[in-house]
Amino acid sequence: MFSLIVGLVVAVVLLIVNIVLLKISFVPKELRMLTIISIMVGYVYWGFEPFAHHEMHPPVAQASYEFDGKADVEALEEQAKEIEAKGGDRSALNEEIAQTKEFWANVVSISKLEANVEAGAELVVANCTACHSIESEGFPQLMEDADAAAAYGVTPPDLSIAGRIYDANYLAAFIINPVKAMHIEHKYPVTGNKVFPMPGSDWMSNQEIADMVAYLQEVASKVDAPAVVDGASDFEIAKANNKEVFEAACVRCHAMDYAGIEAKTPVDVMREYIGATPPDLSQHIRSRGADYLHNFINDPQRKLLGTGMPRVGLTLEAEKQVVDYMEQIGDSKKQEREALGPIVLIYLTILAVFALLWKKQIWKKLH
Amino acid sequence: MAEFEKANSIGEWFDQRLNTSGFWRIMMTEYWIPKNINFLWAMGALLAMLFTLLLVTGIFLLMYYKPDVNMAFDSVNYTIMQEVAYGWIFRNIHGVGASVVFLVIYIHMFTGIYYGSYKKGREMIWLSGMLLFVLFSAEGFSGYMLPWGQMSYWAAYVITEIFGGIPFIGDELVIWIRGNFYVADATLTRFFMLHVLLIPLAILGAIVFHFYTLRFPHVNNEEGEFFDYKEESEKYLAGDKKESKVIAFWPDFLSKDFMVISIFMIFFFYLVFYHNAFAMDPVNFDKADGLKTPAHIYPEWYFLWSYEVLRGFFFDIAGISGKSLGLMAFGFAQIIFVLLPWLDKSPMVKPANQRPVFKYWFWLLMADLFVLTIFGKLPPTGINAWVGFYASISFIVLFLALPFLTKLEAKMVGGK
Repeated sequence: MFSLIVGLVVAVVLLIVNIVLLKISFVPKELRMLTIISIMVGYVYWGFEPFAHHEMHPPVAQASYEFDGKADVEALEEQAKEIEAKGGDRSALNEEIAQTKEFWANVVSISKLEANVEAGAELVVANCTACHSIESEGFPQLMEDADAAAAYGVTPPDLSIAGRIYDANYLAAFIINPVKAMHIEHKYPVTGNKVFPMPGSDWMSNQEIADMVAYLQEVASKVDAPAVVDGASDFEIAKANNKEVFEAACVRCHAMDYAGIEAKTPVDVMREYIGATPPDLSQHIRSRGADYLHNFINDPQRKLLGTGMPRVGLTLEAEKQVVDYMEQIGDSKKQEREALGPIVLIYLTILAVFALLWKKQIWKKLH
Repeated sequence: MAEFEKANSIGEWFDQRLNTSGFWRIMMTEYWIPKNINFLWAMGALLAMLFTLLLVTGIFLLMYYKPDVNMAFDSVNYTIMQEVAYGWIFRNIHGVGASVVFLVIYIHMFTGIYYGSYKKGREMIWLSGMLLFVLFSAEGFSGYMLPWGQMSYWAAYVITEIFGGIPFIGDELVIWIRGNFYVADATLTRFFMLHVLLIPLAILGAIVFHFYTLRFPHVNNEEGEFFDYKEESEKYLAGDKKESKVIAFWPDFLSKDFMVISIFMIFFFYLVFYHNAFAMDPVNFDKADGLKTPAHIYPEWYFLWSYEVLRGFFFDIAGISGKSLGLMAFGFAQIIFVLLPWLDKSPMVKPANQRPVFKYWFWLLMADLFVLTIFGKLPPTGINAWVGFYASISFIVLFLALPFLTKLEAKMVGGK
């Protein structure tokens, strides 16, 4: 409604500008006409593009990479306010808000502990490597992807670079309660009988959790950058680095046809796991755009309430790498386009100058 | 057969056989255009230029495009956009060109309305122009289906569904148009045929006809002045170019056209390289999925005004369903512009701002079309639906009132 009024006011202002333009005689007439037409075209463009998109996709809260629970609590508060505004009962949410606050306060306290990497190593080997591989540390994946998916309910991710691409707080939260950290309580409700493939480790002490996270970070820091051919360009090196992150973060569920990447978990298992078929990501940079992708990946529920896509807890840097990779695959000619653009426009500008001079020369004889 | 002299040049050789010099004279150097014109008179040549760009890029795209529901999307977004050398520039020019050609068509069309260029002997120019508008619309619609994205599919679904509202034959007609019970492979292949063969052929014919219709009534001028072309052209040929009210098509008129085209191309290629999402909707970069309806379905911007007239009637009135009313209003909107020369009863051929009544009508129509276009994209809920309803009613009322308003104007100006 507010934007409608703004639009109307702008229209009236533009109308006045147009009428004034019609009357000013010291500006060449054709220039005034061009201005009036440009204003009208610009106004309609504003209406059916930026304005319409703003109305259809209202902006959401900014992405947050702190993973301290503040954004989670705020989102719940919003929901509660909406329910209240509609005259509903928010008491159920009040409880969830209190739980969420407590949960994340605990996670933040874990981040403040002095961690012991060796202890973490023992804990990870004892608790994680039965299902998860850590290729870089010599714990190979024991089954084919599809078999692993069938056995566990989803293909478990390799943990070699988990400590680098996922936020430390998020990792701690995830180990304690994966469903809560991922924001997929609606797919795995506490009261339901569907059980998330990875059990939560809320029985562990805070110190143990902190040690495991520290170990995962230590492991990740030792992983070499992906190999590239000799003499690879900066673009190719960046692409290889980005691909590594993309494969670790997205490919368990999503395929990327245009990069020849298949999803590690078969589609039928995915449907069981998350109740949806994850889309191929080849063209998502075009269909969603970088801004949307950042906001969505950071917390999918904020953009698309009820989606099966979990929050994966990427750090800002890792998320940028994921989106960059999607652009490098989905809009692979961007560099070429941006290099050619100025050349064409300069050529056309020179052409236009000559065309103007030619016209003036011919019309000199006519007036 | 008359005996031929040996030609002294290639030009002469052709001239003997084809009378090229005579043809050139009739079509170019002695085809007379009024001098009193502004840059809006270059829109025709600009359209010819844009159509040429569309035709040429279309031919190249056709070499790689695959009209098959399983291959179409990837043939566009992978093969053409990523694999083929500079395929992306052909696609961007084609996609942006299709959108921009409508911008220029609308400017061309409303220039004609503003200056009254559809009256007093110029009816055929108007009619052939409206025929071109219809053909370009069909070309735009059929082409939009080809990348087989979500919006391709759902726009095709919604638009073909419209024909279902036609009494008695509606349901059968929809199946006949789609070639299936739903939008499917058969739909894609037939719209492919229409897009690359039948409609372009018709457009080429209609363009030639449109040029031909200009020949006798001559192009209108900025003041709507009628004068003796023979007399004025004789002045021109006698060397009195400054006094003459006419100019030659070549080089006088075309030099100005070329200038306008050159300047416009800077803007056009800026869009091609840096700002093409308005013409290639992001939603269409999701592959077509008949089971997943997009949250918002809308046509390309140039169809929004008539789409809004279609859905403006969202409730039943006097026992007639909103859907039927919308369909009737939509049908009205499609044909009413064609009848303009007969709805305008005023004898004045003048720019709108010099016509005492028509000027208000013209700007009200423009404002209404702006409202329809902008609200045609917004979700039709709450206040938006009502704005759409009143804007649709206004559109119809404006055209129904036109004969009366222009009769009033005729009285005011006393037949001048």
